[in-house]
Amino acid sequence: MGAKAGSSPPVVPPPASSATSFFPSINGLKLKTKQQELLIRVSILALVYVLAFAIRLFSVLRYESMIHEFDPYFNYRTTLFLTEKGFYEFWNWFDFESWYPLGRIIGGTLYPGLMVTAALIYWTLHFLRFAVHIREVCVLTAPFFASNTTIVAYFFGKEIWDSGAGLVAAALIAICPGYISRSVAGSYDNEGVAIFALLLTFYLFVKAVNTGSLAWALASAFGYFYMVSAWGGYVFIINLVPLYVLVLLVTGRYSMRLYIAYNCMYVLGMLLAMQIRFVGFQHVQSGEHMAAMGVFFLLQVFYFLDWVKFTLNDPKLFYSFLRIALTCAISVGSLALGVGMATGYISPWTGRFYSLLDPTYAKDHIPIIASVSEHQPTAWSSFMFDFHILLFLFPAGLYFCFKRLSDATIFIVMYGLTSMYFAGVMVRLILVAAPAVCLISSIAVSATLKNLTMLIRAKNNATPMGSSKGTASLKASAKASSFDQPLPYQRNVAIALLLGAFYLLSRYAIHCTWVTSEAYSSPSIVLAARGAHGGRVIFDDYREAYFWLRKNTPADAKIMSWWDYGYQITAMGNRTVIVDNNTWNNTHIATVGRAMSSYEDEAYDIMKSLDVDYVLVVFGGVTGYSSDDINKFLWMVRIGGGVFPVIKEPEYLVNGEYRVDKGAAPKMLNCLMYKLCYYRFGEVTTEYGKPPGYDRARGVEIGNKDVKLEYLEEAFTTSNWIIRIYKVKPPKNRW
Amino acid sequence: MAKMLFLPLLILLLFLFECESFSAENPTDRRLLVLVDDLAIRSSHSLYFKFLESRGYVLEFRLADDPKLALQRYGHYLYDGLVIFSPSVQRFGGSLDQAAVLDFVDAGHDLILAADSYASDLIRGIASECGVDFDEDPDAVVIDHVGYAVSEIDGEHTLIAADDFIQSDVILGEKKIEAPVLFRGIGHSVNPASTLVLKVLSASPSAYSASPKTKLSTPSITGSTIALVSVVQARNNARMLISGSLDLFSNRHEKSGNEQFVTEISKWVFHERGHLKAVNVTHHRVAELAEPAMYRINDDLEYSIEIYEWSGSSWKPYVADDVQVQFYMMSPYVLKSLSTDLKGLYFTSFKVPDVYGVFQFKVEYQRLGYTSLSLSKQIPVRPFRHNEYERFIPAAFPYYGASFSTMAGFFIFTIVYLYNK
Repeated sequence: MGAKAGSSPPVVPPPASSATSFFPSINGLKLKTKQQELLIRVSILALVYVLAFAIRLFSVLRYESMIHEFDPYFNYRTTLFLTEKGFYEFWNWFDFESWYPLGRIIGGTLYPGLMVTAALIYWTLHFLRFAVHIREVCVLTAPFFASNTTIVAYFFGKEIWDSGAGLVAAALIAICPGYISRSVAGSYDNEGVAIFALLLTFYLFVKAVNTGSLAWALASAFGYFYMVSAWGGYVFIINLVPLYVLVLLVTGRYSMRLYIAYNCMYVLGMLLAMQIRFVGFQHVQSGEHMAAMGVFFLLQVFYFLDWVKFTLNDPKLFYSFLRIALTCAISVGSLALGVGMATGYISPWTGRFYSLLDPTYAKDHIPIIASVSEHQPTAWSSFMFDFHILLFLFPAGLYFCFKRLSDATIFIVMYGLTSMYFAGVMVRLILVAAPAVCLISSIAVSATLKNLTMLIRAKNNATPMGSSKGTASLKASAKASSFDQPLPYQRNVAIALLLGAFYLLSRYAIHCTWVTSEAYSSPSIVLAARGAHGGRVIFDDYREAYFWLRKNTPADAKIMSWWDYGYQITAMGNRTVIVDNNTWNNTHIATVGRAMSSYEDEAYDIMKSLDVDYVLVVFGGVTGYSSDDINKFLWMVRIGGGVFPVIKEPEYLVNGEYRVDKGAAPKMLNCLMYKLCYYRFGEVTTEYGKPPGYDRARGVEIGNKDVKLEYLEEAFTTSNWIIRIYKVKPPKNRW
Repeated sequence: MAKMLFLPLLILLLFLFECESFSAENPTDRRLLVLVDDLAIRSSHSLYFKFLESRGYVLEFRLADDPKLALQRYGHYLYDGLVIFSPSVQRFGGSLDQAAVLDFVDAGHDLILAADSYASDLIRGIASECGVDFDEDPDAVVIDHVGYAVSEIDGEHTLIAADDFIQSDVILGEKKIEAPVLFRGIGHSVNPASTLVLKVLSASPSAYSASPKTKLSTPSITGSTIALVSVVQARNNARMLISGSLDLFSNRHEKSGNEQFVTEISKWVFHERGHLKAVNVTHHRVAELAEPAMYRINDDLEYSIEIYEWSGSSWKPYVADDVQVQFYMMSPYVLKSLSTDLKGLYFTSFKVPDVYGVFQFKVEYQRLGYTSLSLSKQIPVRPFRHNEYERFIPAAFPYYGASFSTMAGFFIFTIVYLYNK
């Protein structure tokens, strides 16, 4: 299996797999060493599997079994629709409750993988007569797939290094905060499933490259299909894999195995991916996917040249042929690309893609991307927060990979380096880097531990060749040179280092648990704070407001709010919204931004033209909740101003400073958003010893305490004032 | 015992009363409250009141400062219309005040308001809330040295003869008012911000508004911008008549057009004319009957609506050729005139545009003097389903041929390659 021609395949332990040799040895209670190892391995994996699931349940314990944040509410709503109405209705769903009055074709503008997965789990459970609610399935989908990811990580680690590294990788990824942040129970988002699919695709592809087997390549194509159906991040795969193939070609590692693996995976994967409506013909039309196609053709050229070389059997003739062939191929390729670009058949890169390559692009050109907090460049602290010791183990792992280069390690190195770059560009992409970092770190941990234990054992047994076969090769590669002449105190140092490593790993476990419990388990729709006496105070204002909307407004009422809350209003309030988190129409969002930043009478005309019945704002001045609409307001101005030049950002600033107190700009003090947030706030004393109208979120006394509303009236304000809902009055009767 | 008898009687009475009253189905007013400064007005304006009674209205005369005055009891309005013939009242009696009068109007009831040269701030306030501003100078009256009434002997020329009527048969009746209207009172201007006020009677270009007693400075309003009588139709179709003269309604001017003018315009104000209703809005796909919850792009649909006009006693079909329907999403995608069968039914059919989204059927019918009809009905339009597209397109036959021949060729090639050595 590992003995094919060409570059050296990885050093997989010779027995085909673990599962085959599990049962046959019941004779005698004493297990052989190999069986013992297998037993330990399986039980460790099982424990890791459970651990990965259990650690993600903090959010359920702390709060309740509920869907978190913003996007998951859309996913939940669509899943509910899917389970109620069936697949074809879901596929053809035209949702007229969002993006009023444009509507949204849900079936054609989402990645259905997550919903279909959850619905399948739901239907399976119901077939088995477990009458669970779909919400519970949705809440637990992400932890379940995180558990599955650990299994994939084990096999992946085993494929690129050895089973020890696989075990470590499984354990590391089970509790890696960078991954947990998006896969806690309730975080029912595409990423929860997609990371599993991503890792599975990579694993299957590496397996295919290592074995040259059509079957594995086919499997990886299906893995890719699942990934495409689940998350837009599949673009990473379709670019990383060709890049990897290109690197192998450049480094002279071209082989028949690679040819088979890539061609099969690319062609089938592409055909399968086209079945997803949202992706459609992008694989042949969009600039982001052209690299894969270019590499595909390049591989054919490589193969063809190989064949020509073999047939000609004359180096001189071959080189002249090569020259002609290459010029022709490159000119034809660039001509095709040029024509495609010029005619618009091949679409240019999207803004999101640009902002990955150039981190400052979004800030200058696309405020709507820049306004999302998870699209910000990553701070160093959050790397530390999300990776902890992996950050130091990562370079060490890279070192080990370079020490023992193979097709598989080259892949993981490339995956690690590119994803680390992307993680630096965007906070949310730490998630993509997490598996790579865990895998590479696991190589470092596993190799170091193995070396150290071997040193200790070598002294113990006094015979250097005491360990198993699997470690022999490693010893040869890594430590062989220094192994013969033992250094003084070698054993003590090894023990000390071993203890140190265990200490670090245990710190990692503690850190991960702490981070999960403190930072990543908050549903963000229910807020918790410490009261004056140390008790926990729960602010459940969001759900209070959405419940009010559901019960007290007409069924076809249109709610205007900033787009962040759109998904929640449709899912929980069951009312029509103007804009939501699927930010596909910038003009529509800019219109809402313009209404929010205009004077009341101008805003009234805009709201009338959009048939708005209610306006919802989020306000944190009473509770000190800082991610409210006043703090997001500059983005509304910026996005509104990007489309409608009548909105000018400097008019809302004073000397470039954003403020809401007495020194604020007059336009700021009288725009709709300010009025709606601070209506009657001037009468409220929020904090002892402060004047009435003291905004706790910004720590200032507001500048316009006497807010009068002419075209709107207050309809509902939640108990902690976090959400305020206003009704748009009908036009005046007599004027 | 008497109490027990009294109660059912009262209920019966109320019930009878209720049946007669104003409703959407029977929009002409029935019960009117007339507020006067002085009960003498009852005799000095008796012709006008007789006319009202002859049209079937029940008039209730009260002094404007009657302490028992109330427009509503237990949340129900006791009257369908209010006639304020008390220009000098400073404060109404009872629970009535400016806000109560305006609430009365906003609840859909009608109002006739007559001011005079000594109009109080209260009356001016009500008028200005309706978009009519009386001349601020309290002594000012409308003077016209050219178009004054011949019968007037003094030289002040404050009794003017106005014949600049609004051109609307709906408001002023089909019969032309031949004689000019004699008007003695104050003028007003229409607030430019208000879009609902109509000047029914304007002064001639030579008129001006000033105090006849003091020396003339620049008059605040002059010429035909001076409105003498205006009507307002509010958005809820409550109708108001605002006149700068109480004298207009009196018995005094016999040989003028006054009587015809006030009776015709009162008919309009009390919804005997120009009151439309739109009912039975239906729409469905061609060759179907049930109303769908959603249309598909390029569907053919039929739309119909019934419009009737109140004739004062019954609903008659309304006939016009300018009723239009819009198929509207932020802007009208389809705008069609409706054809009518002359029996009140208006209908049309059109194709849904090739755009999906949430559309509205909108009928915005606003004609001078008529009730404004503003109906909108929301209907989503969806794109094609996955199986509603054509399965085989003729233009693509070369591609089908290419792919199938490639498949066949590959199959044959495989067999030849594998088994033909």
